[in-house]
Amino acid sequence: MLTQDHILALLQNVKDPEVPVISVLELGVVRHVYVEPDGKAVVTITPTYTGCPAMDVMAADIKKELLDHGVPAVEVKQSLAPAWTTDWITEPGKAKLRAYGIAPPEKTGDIRALKGELPVVPCPQCGSTNTVMLSVFGSTACKALWKCNDCLEPFDQFKCL
Amino acid sequence: MTEQEALFTYLLRLGDDLLILSHRLGEWCGHGPVLEEDIALANRALDHIGEARNIYDHAVKVEGKGRTEDDLAYLRNERQFVNTLLAERPNGDYAHTIVRSFLFDAYHLPLAEALTKSSDEQIAAIAAKAVKEAQYHLKHSSDWLIRFGDGTEESHRRAQQALDEHWTYTGDLFVQDEVHQAMVKASIAPDLNTIKASFDATVDRVMAEATLKRPADGYMMSGGRQGKHSEHLGFLLAEMQYLQRAYPGAQW
Ligand SMILES: [Zn+2]
Repeated sequence: MLTQDHILALLQNVKDPEVPVISVLELGVVRHVYVEPDGKAVVTITPTYTGCPAMDVMAADIKKELLDHGVPAVEVKQSLAPAWTTDWITEPGKAKLRAYGIAPPEKTGDIRALKGELPVVPCPQCGSTNTVMLSVFGSTACKALWKCNDCLEPFDQFKCL
Repeated sequence: MTEQEALFTYLLRLGDDLLILSHRLGEWCGHGPVLEEDIALANRALDHIGEARNIYDHAVKVEGKGRTEDDLAYLRNERQFVNTLLAERPNGDYAHTIVRSFLFDAYHLPLAEALTKSSDEQIAAIAAKAVKEAQYHLKHSSDWLIRFGDGTEESHRRAQQALDEHWTYTGDLFVQDEVHQAMVKASIAPDLNTIKASFDATVDRVMAEATLKRPADGYMMSGGRQGKHSEHLGFLLAEMQYLQRAYPGAQW
């Protein structure tokens, strides 16, 4: 029978469908993993944004990954409380975001970050701090759109939440 | 009216505001003035619809009659919707759309903050998520309103006109009838006077920066909470509910 550790290792293969370099574990949406005596895995996930269309895809991907690897039954539950925060994105997760070209979120302890009023977001391409926000809503609800004034590339920033 | 019935009605009010406004914002999809705004409105619509779904999901459980969130969204008639009149106001030009969202955000953010302390645990959990998103919404609409008001003569004129036209519909946000009083008594909902104070402070702050004039609190339209709507809601529902009405039970 697969243990909780096996399940966690498999979940590392399940990526965020909108940012396919970061796993659901690194994104911090997996809140609880439990294996019942009959081998059924119960995975609890929490939504990033309430209307995030990726949540249903993530739930389906989690099911598929586990079922494909010999877990006899899988249930994916959703919980709302406590509310997801970008602080739950792991440090390796943040490094992967940056390498993918997305500026990772600051800690929510910085109140300006939480209000979307960060003075400086470094460009993930060239590291320049000479950047400007173009729109607080980027390609998805969780990202803002920025532009680098030095390398002239636009980039996404994972907003603090 | 039992407390359960009042709670169900209250949840419908919360959910209907968000669903109807999200539909209006969705109407801009592909028509935004610039690409970034097109995307911003679609994202805001998604946030609203996500919150509405959570609220409806809770509402059908409170009601306990086996209905689903989709039944609430697609199979109720005009008179059964209890959204505030402001939410159904037509999009108009971009100033009208931004002002409508700004007025709603100035109400929605303090409401969500207060609801995080609701005695109803599910409402509190939904609100805790909504608060974070509502901060971004208010920032987005305020930034644009300031840009319009403090922009060109034309943008200032249009923003002021939108404000004057929408203003009479803001009174409907703060109506405290029997249902609402029952919710306040049960510590489920806040006294709307406290939300109004926060709304007023936000409006005054942004008006000052936008060099716009706050309209006088004269006659206020009301009736949304009782299902008495403007002529616009029927058209909106006809479009939103078309598929489910034409093909009952259709699923994606
Ligand atoms: Zn750069």
